[in-house]
Amino acid sequence: MFKKLNITCDEATTICDKNQYGEASFFDKIKIQIHFLKCKICALYTKQNMLLTKAYKSKGASDKVKSSSLCMSQEDKEKLRKELEKLNTQ
Amino acid sequence: MSEPTLTEHKLDPNKWIDKYSDYLFNYTIVRVNNYDISKDLVQETFFAGLKSAKNFQGKASERTWLISILKRKIIDHYRKINSKKGQAEVRMNFYSDGENEGNWIEERVPQSWDNEAEKQIENVELHNQIDACIDHLPEKHAMVFRMKTIQEIDTEDICKELDITSSNLWVIIHRARTQLRKCLEENWFNN
Repeated sequence: MFKKLNITCDEATTICDKNQYGEASFFDKIKIQIHFLKCKICALYTKQNMLLTKAYKSKGASDKVKSSSLCMSQEDKEKLRKELEKLNTQ
Repeated sequence: MSEPTLTEHKLDPNKWIDKYSDYLFNYTIVRVNNYDISKDLVQETFFAGLKSAKNFQGKASERTWLISILKRKIIDHYRKINSKKGQAEVRMNFYSDGENEGNWIEERVPQSWDNEAEKQIENVELHNQIDACIDHLPEKHAMVFRMKTIQEIDTEDICKELDITSSNLWVIIHRARTQLRKCLEENWFNN
């Protein structure tokens, strides 16, 4: 039981990353809190990770607006249309 | 006017471009984030659709059927980038063996950032720097990271779409995020 609570920095930051999406389990969260007691580096990583999550979210929101209007150029569509028609009549 | 039959769908390839090219292209580009690759995948989808049109049974709509072909093309693409040699180097952040296994490698230890960091979250230039850093990730990591973080697609859906396990996904996300953090630290926060 206690051995399971003892995790490495690699494992702690993996949980922390998972937690950024709200998908870490309750037990995972206990494990990282215990790890933070003895590891200030991972505690700092977590603090910065939360800030990065906000930045990624903000970027994601603006990307989604942009990407919703992304489509193929008319020129590429016409090329593809011709090729499809050619193949379709064969 | 005759009643349309709801149970049977028909294919009409001459209308595919007008009806589905935007939808399929958009579906692809938010996943692979590259114009030419997306265009090629959509094109391959239409060609494959045409080739196997005789197998179309009319049970699903034309669009659903084309999307299922496209999804297979995207998995193939993912597998290809996954196995590609000479892809961007994955920089390790933790020792992978020895007595320090799982500990931070000294020069990769997170440094503190200046106090203004919090105010820059919505900064467009930071967003551009994020893009530049994502582009430095191995393609596979970049794709999974974008799908999960930027497009906010559910874990389960990504795993199904790319045919990976959730633990596989979290390892990729972890590697991507630690590497991105370092890249942003060097090029933005502590620049």
